[in-house]
Amino acid sequence: MNKIFEKGGKLYWLHSTVDAFETFLHVPGTVTLKGAHVRDAVDIKRIMIIAVIAAVPAAIFGMWNVGWQHALATGISANVWQAFWYGFWKVLPLYLVSYIVGLGIEFASSQIRGEEVNEGYLVTGFFIPLIVPVDVPLWMLALAVAFAVIFGKEVFGGTGMNVVNVAILARAFLFFSYPSDMSGSGNWIHVGANEAVVDGFTGATPLALAGDGFNALANAGAQYGTDFWTMFWGGIPGSVGETSVIAILLGAILLIWTGVASWKIMLSSVAGALFVGGLANLCGASDIPCLYHLVMGGFAFGTVFMATDPVTSAQTEPGKWIYGFLVGALCVIIRVFNPGYAEGMMLAIFLGNIFAPLIDHLVTSCHINARNRKLSKA
Amino acid sequence: MSKTIVLKKGLDVPVSGAPEKRLSKTVISDIVAIQPEDFKGLLPRLLVKEGDRVLAGSPVLSDKKNPDIIVAAPASGTVKEVVRGEKRKLLAVLIQTDDKQEYLDFGKKNPADLSAEEVKSALLAGGLWPVLVQRPYGILADPAITPKGIFVSAINAAPAAADVDFAYGDEIAALQAGIDALSKICPVHVSFDAKRYPSSNLNRLKGCEVHLFQGKYPVGNVGVQISHISPIRKDQTVWTVSLHGLAAIGKLFLGGRYDVLRKVAVGGPAAIQPAYICTLPGMPMSELKPFYGAEPQGLRLISGNIFSGRNVGERGYLGFADDCITIIKEGTDKELLGWARPFRFNQYSADHTYFNWCLGWLTPGRKYDMDTNLHGGPRAFVMSDGYYAKFLPMDIYPIYLAKACLAGDIEKMEKFGIYEVLPEDLAICEYADPSKNYIQEMIAKGIDLMLKEMA
Repeated sequence: MNKIFEKGGKLYWLHSTVDAFETFLHVPGTVTLKGAHVRDAVDIKRIMIIAVIAAVPAAIFGMWNVGWQHALATGISANVWQAFWYGFWKVLPLYLVSYIVGLGIEFASSQIRGEEVNEGYLVTGFFIPLIVPVDVPLWMLALAVAFAVIFGKEVFGGTGMNVVNVAILARAFLFFSYPSDMSGSGNWIHVGANEAVVDGFTGATPLALAGDGFNALANAGAQYGTDFWTMFWGGIPGSVGETSVIAILLGAILLIWTGVASWKIMLSSVAGALFVGGLANLCGASDIPCLYHLVMGGFAFGTVFMATDPVTSAQTEPGKWIYGFLVGALCVIIRVFNPGYAEGMMLAIFLGNIFAPLIDHLVTSCHINARNRKLSKA
Repeated sequence: MSKTIVLKKGLDVPVSGAPEKRLSKTVISDIVAIQPEDFKGLLPRLLVKEGDRVLAGSPVLSDKKNPDIIVAAPASGTVKEVVRGEKRKLLAVLIQTDDKQEYLDFGKKNPADLSAEEVKSALLAGGLWPVLVQRPYGILADPAITPKGIFVSAINAAPAAADVDFAYGDEIAALQAGIDALSKICPVHVSFDAKRYPSSNLNRLKGCEVHLFQGKYPVGNVGVQISHISPIRKDQTVWTVSLHGLAAIGKLFLGGRYDVLRKVAVGGPAAIQPAYICTLPGMPMSELKPFYGAEPQGLRLISGNIFSGRNVGERGYLGFADDCITIIKEGTDKELLGWARPFRFNQYSADHTYFNWCLGWLTPGRKYDMDTNLHGGPRAFVMSDGYYAKFLPMDIYPIYLAKACLAGDIEKMEKFGIYEVLPEDLAICEYADPSKNYIQEMIAKGIDLMLKEMA
């Protein structure tokens, strides 16, 4: 049946697309040509699908939280299912846009390169809706996805060749191009055009409040529950999938257990955030207790799902410790010392990605020197 | 005796079809082939023509760069055919054997009475020089140099490969003579499996430096062992020799003849009643019919082990350096929703995204009938270096080295350790690679580039 898609066939130019669907359905009957005659059963598809599954709890919680925040803001009462459905219908368009635009470009570029379609975008496309505000206009999202996939990945040669995390690049594109839609207090909770907001409801994220000091955060906490534990379980305004640390931790357990993401990066990122946060507490630069940094904003989601991207993080094992620490530390530095940006995680991962090759260069250079010393004795 | 070197990294892949410790038969085939491809670095000059009579040990090929190095006929008979490929490249010399198996007499010698030069010239004249492999690069040894050591691995950790004690336990005298001869040239290092050494017959070998290793595949690779015993520097060379090569050297001195008869393990998931045969290198694979049935349809016949052997097919021949043949099924079947299933009980994976690694606790010792399916599509490297390094018990960043080879960057290849590896040493990384790259080929190309540039 596939004759016409094979080399020399009429529809050969479509072979990447056909292959993509075919290999999606079953593992192809390709055999090893040389070298190791048997191969492990794992492939990139399996690794990628695990990353997607790990993010499912955060996505489901995010959908529910969109509905719940809407209910809180408008004073309309909603049970768990109503809240979830409300959020589901709000988040679904984000997913449709993310996948249609992203996969469209991915298929087209694989077709141009004549390669098999990569499964990398399945993960990226799943993450992007989780790290944007629910109210982001769809055309903006489409533009950001297109920019990130083309200029963040395809121009470098596709999945595995990119320098920075594609999902983070999409978010950064939105953040710097349309700041009014990506920050402030009006974008995190969906409120319909004809709906009134409850008196006194600001819609600001705890992170934005924390910018005005711990008192502002604590007062808001008294007002509608942005204390530590609420932020931990996630019933706060924020980007779709980033709010619930519990849901993200569930994903982290799967990622660490399966070895898909590096526990070293996660651990050192937490250590970096606590270190700078603690230092800021000690020298009086910030009165936000350092533990709060772990549960506010995108820190948890970024640490677990974004910083650990195996392509853009540090490649060497010692490098992973340095890289993770750098990401965590930079995040809190930006949050505390830069009044312009309430959130620092996106930039921290961005910078971490940029620095990762340098860190690896450092690690491998040290390794080479140590090797040379050992060899000179041999 | 040195203390045991424990290697934590590595992976024992549970492939079924380990050969039973039983000698099924002795095969002296009608045809034996001498293949220049078996000797990396050999520029072959043909010394015989079709119809010539040869004895076991008669020179058949010599090296154009160093005419002292000769490749000898493993059996007596007449030269049947000289097989050439494109551009008249010499592919094989086929010898029609007679049933007499007459040996050319080189005269018995006592290695103890010989000098290093005499040992070298005896090996060169006796046609056994090509059993020595020189590192870096895994090429024919250069008789003009004295290496810093000669390394022998008495561990075979690859799945379904020959059991060292069974295959070589009764060749102690020959092995000992081989060690005695080679140790005239430079120190001989032999590595043993730490657990089996005390009860092994091979512990009677003396006159060599004994090293004990414990670990998983590729602990048996001599390259891995060298990197722990005495890593190779840019300006150094070492030689390696296989156990059957060492035994052949011993027999050259003890019996005065070129005797490369060896026990070969025939195993692998698709082998019928896997066992050992006693045969000569260059044996046609068609002699293995009892092990694969009448038709080798859909089977792959590998001369060598499952990770780094050569797919020679039913019309191929046993390689000069190989003491094992692996038969596996070609995995051309498609597997519906393979990667998306939560469990794949019939596929082995060392990766934790499948759950076979916990099954390992429930069903210890389970072996898998693996086939040659690639289990996925080729991709760029996605996982980080550490994913691969956990299987490689060497002080090397495997993916950095592979990428340096891909880029053809000599300086980086040097820095990341190209002198210490042969493609076979990174075979386990290739096995585990979720991106399904041909890492051994990358390294081989890098080594070829080094040979070209450094010449």
